[in-house]
Amino acid sequence: MNETKNQTSFEIKQVINQPYKYGFETNIEKETFPCGINEDIIELISAKKEEPEFLRHFRLKAYKKWLQMNLPDWANLTIKPIDYALITYYSIPKQKKRLDSLQDVDPEILKTFEKLGISLDEQKKLSNVAVDAVFDSVSIATTYKEKLAKSGVIFCSISDAVKFYPNLVEKFLGTVISSGDNFFASLNSAVFSDGSFCYIPQHVICPLELSTYFRINDKDSGQFERTLIIAEKNSSVNYLEGCTAPQFSENQLHAAIVELIAFENAKIKYSTVQNWYSGDEKGIGGIYNFVTKRGLCIGKEANISWTQVETGSSITWKYPSCVLLGKKATGEFYSVALTNHYQQADTGTKMIHLGEATKSKIISKGISCGFSKNSYRGLVKIASNASSSRNFSQCDSFLVGSSSLACTYPYLDIWNSSSIVEHEAKISKISEEQLFYLMQRGINVEQSISLLISGFCKDVFTMLPMEFASEADKLLSLKLEGTVG
Amino acid sequence: MNEVLLDLQNIDASIENKQIIKNFTLKIKKNEIHVIMGPNGSGKSTLSKILAGHPSYSVDKGSLVFCNKNLLEMSPEVRSHEGIFLAFQYPIEISGVTNYDFLRIAYNEKRKYQKETELDPLQFMELTQRTIQKLKIKPEFLNRNLNEGFSGGEKKRNEILQMLLLDPKLIILDEIDSGLDIDAIKIICDGIINNLGKDSSLIVITHYPKILTYLKPTHVHIMIEGKIVKTGNLELIDYLEKEGYESFIKTCNSSN
Repeated sequence: MNETKNQTSFEIKQVINQPYKYGFETNIEKETFPCGINEDIIELISAKKEEPEFLRHFRLKAYKKWLQMNLPDWANLTIKPIDYALITYYSIPKQKKRLDSLQDVDPEILKTFEKLGISLDEQKKLSNVAVDAVFDSVSIATTYKEKLAKSGVIFCSISDAVKFYPNLVEKFLGTVISSGDNFFASLNSAVFSDGSFCYIPQHVICPLELSTYFRINDKDSGQFERTLIIAEKNSSVNYLEGCTAPQFSENQLHAAIVELIAFENAKIKYSTVQNWYSGDEKGIGGIYNFVTKRGLCIGKEANISWTQVETGSSITWKYPSCVLLGKKATGEFYSVALTNHYQQADTGTKMIHLGEATKSKIISKGISCGFSKNSYRGLVKIASNASSSRNFSQCDSFLVGSSSLACTYPYLDIWNSSSIVEHEAKISKISEEQLFYLMQRGINVEQSISLLISGFCKDVFTMLPMEFASEADKLLSLKLEGTVG
Repeated sequence: MNEVLLDLQNIDASIENKQIIKNFTLKIKKNEIHVIMGPNGSGKSTLSKILAGHPSYSVDKGSLVFCNKNLLEMSPEVRSHEGIFLAFQYPIEISGVTNYDFLRIAYNEKRKYQKETELDPLQFMELTQRTIQKLKIKPEFLNRNLNEGFSGGEKKRNEILQMLLLDPKLIILDEIDSGLDIDAIKIICDGIINNLGKDSSLIVITHYPKILTYLKPTHVHIMIEGKIVKTGNLELIDYLEKEGYESFIKTCNSSN
């Protein structure tokens, strides 16, 4: 019987130590800039992309600010020093001419996305989602462009947006996250290569779900993408983001920015399933994920909702936030963060209430396995003008095994007396009794654990769009399932 | 004709190196109802745990044979598939997992084990609808999270629902009657008796003879300090009600 016990804990280990499925590398010819960062490199990126003057200035200004900044050290993370001179800031698949259609895309890259389960072929694509696929530094293809254009929705790579809609980009870029916002935001502003751009005109409900798929392929390159979504008055959009990277023993840097702007009565729902390579079981390799995501509810009754499922990356430093400026604006944050082995996650949100009667809701679920460290860090700020505002926060942590760590750092900063702020926190462990109960009913150990974990995450999963909910569930099971499948 | 279902021979069992069961022997044939009574701490619940394969308990000596197969070689879920069902004294609450999803997974796992096709959600819904009617359970019950916020009676009724769906050969009721009012005990016992598989047997662990008026045991065992000290029929209960465990404890001590 002692054997059975050992077997059970052994099985649990196998269950949560599923290897990374997307760790393959694609061999393609690529064009890369010399590594390192300086004004010349930035000029080169800007020139290569034939950018307008304002953007060149924006980049150089950001670079100057970045030079004066230091790596933030307040997070509960142990970060090995990053040598910014060894990173390649621009890497694109080599192509002879501009791509006019999918036929011109390197078949190797198409295959890569097929392998990842993302079909860029519109004929093959059944689900109701338009995809922008980003490979290393550039956007490879955006599907359903024409269909979207009919309703007036612009969905393209940010490089194309700079070319074709420079006025929109100039008007909104950097308005939510300024080029001097923080260390990684400044770095991104200086060297960002590509990303997605999305504009929903007034009174338009976006007819498709929009989706970007990010893939880091190059070993030495960082990925610095930038997403900008603007929803005009009375419009609404659902946006999905997915990410993977090959398996390397070196750490790769990913420093992205996502800016959302919602005008009066507009609604933006932004969902992420992040599955960057998280390093091996000893903590070697994996992506350093330092992302700044922020949404601005500028108009009355605007609504921004973030949903994230974070399973990958060696280090995650990410706080999708909402600035609630418009009267009765609402912000939501739903998060599941799963860490295993030596992964570290410091993630959470900021809800900045500036307008009257604004509302926010935070549901955060952290699952720590192995030797990982999983922290929730959240700020709820209610300014003196934001009278009668409301916030509800719920932070639940789930520990698997005895060597993992879960922390919660809630910051509450309240400046008026008519608002109500609630914070709930709970920490639990997979109990042997729960496992035994499920197993006594004939459910094996790995299925029992995924059942317990998906039950724990249910509040968040129900917030994901259909297409993503099953993907997220699969992803968690993948991370959790052991020998079978 | 009466085949042996469960054969326990000279078992020693312990938890965290503390011996609880000592030289325990018991044979159960098909279609029998065995009651095990005994004072607190006599090892009744431990017996149910080792039959189901709880990883914290270890069997140090003896053999456990169920349907001619060695139980000690089976993981808890295989024991379940083979037909052992333990109705828990304190059913565990699991949030975020609906009763219905849980029941369907458990049911289909057993079908898979028996190499039968799994039931799709609609087929399974039909089956559960029929089953819950037998137990006077409301359909809403299925959409609630597994045991979460259930009353004591609801939890026990839910155990019986699982039992009916899994159709086990050996059912262990670990104090199914604790904390229940008389009406609830009757509903649960009727549910068990009226729906018992035709060759199924029961082990009933209890402190209260009340439940035995519904379950009508074929064997009554008194368990003291980890072993059976007396076996008899219903008359033993009458004796026990008058004399208590005192006289058995004395015999037990003198035999030691």
